[in-house]
Amino acid sequence: MTGSGFGVGRIRWNWFVAFALVLLLLPLLSEVNTPTLLAIWALFALSLGLMWGYAGILSFGHAAYFGLGAYTYAIASFNIGESTAPLLLAILIPMIFAAIIGAMMFYGRVSDVYVGVITLVVTLILNRFMNATAGDAYRIGNARLGGFNGIPAFPILNVPGDPNEQIYGTPYYYVVIACLLGSYLLARVILSSAFGRALIGIRENELRMELLGYNVQGLKTAIFAICGGLAGLSGALFANWAEIVTPSVFSLGQSAEVIIWVIVGGVGTLVGPMIGAVLLGTLKIVLGMQTSIDNSLILGAILILVVLLIPRGFAPAFVAWRRRLAQLQAYRRHARGTTRRRLHVKEAEQ
Amino acid sequence: MSEVVIETRDLSVHFGGVSAVDNVNFSLRERELRCLIGPNGAGKSTFFKSMTGQLRGAESSGRVLIRGEEVTSWPTYRIMRLGVGVKTQVPSVMNGLTIEENLWLSAIRTDAAAADAVVEEIVTEMALQPIARRQVSELAHGQRQLVEIGMVLANRPSLVLLDEPAAGVTGNEMERLVSIIRKINRNAAMIVVDHDMHFVRMLEAQITVFNQGSILVEGTADHVLNDPRVREVYLGTRAR
Repeated sequence: MTGSGFGVGRIRWNWFVAFALVLLLLPLLSEVNTPTLLAIWALFALSLGLMWGYAGILSFGHAAYFGLGAYTYAIASFNIGESTAPLLLAILIPMIFAAIIGAMMFYGRVSDVYVGVITLVVTLILNRFMNATAGDAYRIGNARLGGFNGIPAFPILNVPGDPNEQIYGTPYYYVVIACLLGSYLLARVILSSAFGRALIGIRENELRMELLGYNVQGLKTAIFAICGGLAGLSGALFANWAEIVTPSVFSLGQSAEVIIWVIVGGVGTLVGPMIGAVLLGTLKIVLGMQTSIDNSLILGAILILVVLLIPRGFAPAFVAWRRRLAQLQAYRRHARGTTRRRLHVKEAEQ
Repeated sequence: MSEVVIETRDLSVHFGGVSAVDNVNFSLRERELRCLIGPNGAGKSTFFKSMTGQLRGAESSGRVLIRGEEVTSWPTYRIMRLGVGVKTQVPSVMNGLTIEENLWLSAIRTDAAAADAVVEEIVTEMALQPIARRQVSELAHGQRQLVEIGMVLANRPSLVLLDEPAAGVTGNEMERLVSIIRKINRNAAMIVVDHDMHFVRMLEAQITVFNQGSILVEGTADHVLNDPRVREVYLGTRAR
């Protein structure tokens, strides 16, 4: 058995290549600043969508790992200078932090609701702490944490091994796209492995998986850590894009937004959360240009509408619509064929 | 004499002031089939769970040994990896997955290379071919019971614990269930907990009667059912 019915189909390379080509050609048609930000948000949404949609772990404070990635990059790049190690650390530190938090929660057999509460509290603590780090006392090596004002002007991404060759503009857009597509492929590989299938089993029935001999707590901790690492990467990319890191990366709004992106795009898919992030991210940017209506009010209204009208989100709704369309076309072809055969029979009889 | 597969020594479980399992000494040998019966609240399921590390937050004492190895404080998954298969009272299956996928998740953990072949074998053995690709949530209760037993089998256990396998199973399915249990029993020791005396008699196994957390009596079906103490706990004092 291929296991194709686990809700994770094989990767459709034609779609993937077409999509990648569109992304690669995009700089020829538009500016890259906004698409870069949208791709970063898509990566952040993918990191939550993977663990929520496939392992059933909902983190209300996913921004904690996004923020840790951003701060780790900023602090490390100030101290190291060359950006390769800071970027790796920005994945590793959130990953280790997520592994510690995850192990405490899952081995402590904390129920799903409290997992949500704990993750939320963690990000709030980090937000508070970072806000309180103004002054010279709060410095790590050469990097001052800067409290509410954050860390500005840290060295941005450079060509590996050459700190003077900085990457920004269109080349940076391509770096972000490569990270996004690479992370997507990594998620696909995970889901098509025995580990990924076990995660789906855990989402469906934790007790049964334990009774089959799976180390449920270990597997949940592992995916929580991997997704923490991916969120950290998106945070580091965001830091490079914004060229400043402030405590707002740990904000409640940031955590809530990513949940909304995943819901709107479709929980239980990989493409859905990315679509949700791009659609709502674009809307957020457009709405941010005006002052007459509050941004969060509109986002909230959209969430309510989507939950009521398309409860499974855009991506699953699109797949269902395509399936229905294919069924309808098959039915029409069959009906046409039957009518034609009848006509032939009649003609032959005459 | 054959090897003892599982045994409990002075096993007790308390929930607050209530003693659910009281000083139970129990043992099961290689390829033995044992039925656990008893009235509601007798402690059968608690005893069952305490043997497999599923009771958390309860005060317990005594020891559980599997093939001589003490597993008293082990987590459930480690106990299962000793070749233990468990079917729970309420069918515990992956509702969002197909029958094949459920079985595959069980088979892949024990033998990744042979997983597909094992799934095919179990599907054939349990006559599940026509519905093998259907989602478990669409199945009737009795079919889900079979899927769960299939999952236990796919794990290739040497000790199988079945908690009320006949609950919700219809007449024809029950005969099939009995033949499946006998087949499993050829290679594995088994404990079957059930209320249904007709089903228990069909299994022709040794019976252990539980009452108020302790073992009341052990023996063959005829011996146990003719015991006045058993009649009393099942039917009340008027049955004397």
